[in-house]
Amino acid sequence: MALTNDIIQQQLQAKFGDQVSNFAESYGMLSFEVPKELNLKVLQFLYDDAELQFRFLTDLQAVHYPNQVGRELAVVYHLHNMVDNVRLRFKVFTDIQKPDVYSATALYASANWMERETYDFFGVNFVGHPNLKRILNVEEMDYFPLRKEYPLEDQSRIDKDDEMFGRG
Amino acid sequence: MSETITHTHIKLPEGSIEKQTTTLNLGPTHPATHGVFQNILELDGERIVAAEQTIGYIHRAFEKLAERRPLYQITPLTDRLNYCSSPINNMGWHLTCEKLLGLKTPKRVDYLRVIIMELSRISDHLICNSIVGVDSGAYTGFLYVMQYRELIYEIYEEICGSRLTTNIGRIGGLERNFTAAAFEKIEKFLKEYPAVLKEFENLFMRNRIFMERTIGAGPITAERALNYGFTGPNLRAAGVDYDVRVHSPYSSYEDFDFNIPVGTTGDCYDRFLVRNQEMWQSLRILEQAYKKVQEFKGAEAEVFHADVPEYYLPEKKDVYTKMEALIWHFKIIMGEIDIPKGELYFPIEGANGELGFYLISDGGRTPYRLHFRRPCFVYYQAYEELVKGGMLADAVIVMSSLNLIAGEMDA
Repeated sequence: MALTNDIIQQQLQAKFGDQVSNFAESYGMLSFEVPKELNLKVLQFLYDDAELQFRFLTDLQAVHYPNQVGRELAVVYHLHNMVDNVRLRFKVFTDIQKPDVYSATALYASANWMERETYDFFGVNFVGHPNLKRILNVEEMDYFPLRKEYPLEDQSRIDKDDEMFGRG
Repeated sequence: MSETITHTHIKLPEGSIEKQTTTLNLGPTHPATHGVFQNILELDGERIVAAEQTIGYIHRAFEKLAERRPLYQITPLTDRLNYCSSPINNMGWHLTCEKLLGLKTPKRVDYLRVIIMELSRISDHLICNSIVGVDSGAYTGFLYVMQYRELIYEIYEEICGSRLTTNIGRIGGLERNFTAAAFEKIEKFLKEYPAVLKEFENLFMRNRIFMERTIGAGPITAERALNYGFTGPNLRAAGVDYDVRVHSPYSSYEDFDFNIPVGTTGDCYDRFLVRNQEMWQSLRILEQAYKKVQEFKGAEAEVFHADVPEYYLPEKKDVYTKMEALIWHFKIIMGEIDIPKGELYFPIEGANGELGFYLISDGGRTPYRLHFRRPCFVYYQAYEELVKGGMLADAVIVMSSLNLIAGEMDA
């Protein structure tokens, strides 16, 4: 029987109950939300379960939503089940004041640099990471450039109307 | 550490401990790295005991830049990821946008895109494999095949006007139809290239020196490769038949008949063989695509883009004479089109692995967030495991056979 998004959702709800939430399907990919304390448990469950077999970490990065107070940073995991060829995505939200998220490096060797990159650009502190330091930016940098409070252009410029360029 | 050496030529500071290993910097501007990244190797004689990679020397903040650009202006950024096969990146980006917009491109456009993508896959594999040759001491193959990479670049030139950073295609199709000269050059390529590839193969495949240098160098098992996030030829060399073109087809790849070559040991020799075999498969796809394109007759043969006035620039002659066309032209160029809300991850088979675009749009004119899953960024972290315990000379050859492109790693 082919693995469908419904089956994945049922399995997760049977295991974690209401703690996994916000199930949605966009462009055919199942996505949901996991509390940050549970991220490793969910990853491990998806990895170990004989039916689910999500054993390939495709991508890991973060998104900054400055308007969601208390859950500003979202760490996004993309997993792939190569046997049934199904992908899924889940998000872990964290407070920007205390951006501690458990590291997935013990389960996926590939998470090492992906988490370093996420730390480098968003300042997510991956607890348990063996070597959490900047990877693409210089080590002396003291801010996290992909956060939304750092606009791309000098804000003191007055010769340009920001409204004309999409984002005010 | 039996005796303390009393007569040394180097005066060490008082109290320092004699170091037993040598530290060697391979890179960032070393001829063997073929790109700007650094490997700090710890050597015991000629054996590698530890390695550390430093990357980020050409980081250009593409993800941040993309947050301020309308969709069509992001294409030139993708050129500069894997610059050995930029058309694949361009197409991947256009396909991502089209998926977000829910666009369907005509079949002819899909086939023309397949032609472009397979040509660039060949040129990428050609460079990678011939560089493996250079790093193992065989320069001839590299010089010999350059001529045909040049022919591929000429084909790009016929199609879009540029060679390396191509900015090829548009959202919804291509910027112009293939010219007769482009088809002639593709035909020439299809006719001449098989013999060249055969000869290139003869130079290396059963070459004793080449085999002894590459067999057993930097091997990886399928489990470790998957755990490290390997994709593309490097994963297939380890024995996993995963190819995005087959598993989640895009641009009508399901219409083509081809095989996925796999290796067994995941060492440099298998990676070489897999790439080599993939070039033959790309040739097969190219031939089929060329035939399919030739089957379109009459008005159908003139189709090279979908009908999407919001994203596809109107013809210049209309811009000069028609008010509506002029308005659309300005709206597109100034980036005043609102992108629909959505969140998607779109993977394509890049020349060195799964290239993914994770795009979040909040309904504004620019992406809210764009992340590139760059295959060689992900698998380069396995480098230490691949070279540890090996010889220094192997470290160089492993690096080139992984097909590491600095532009893609650093984004």
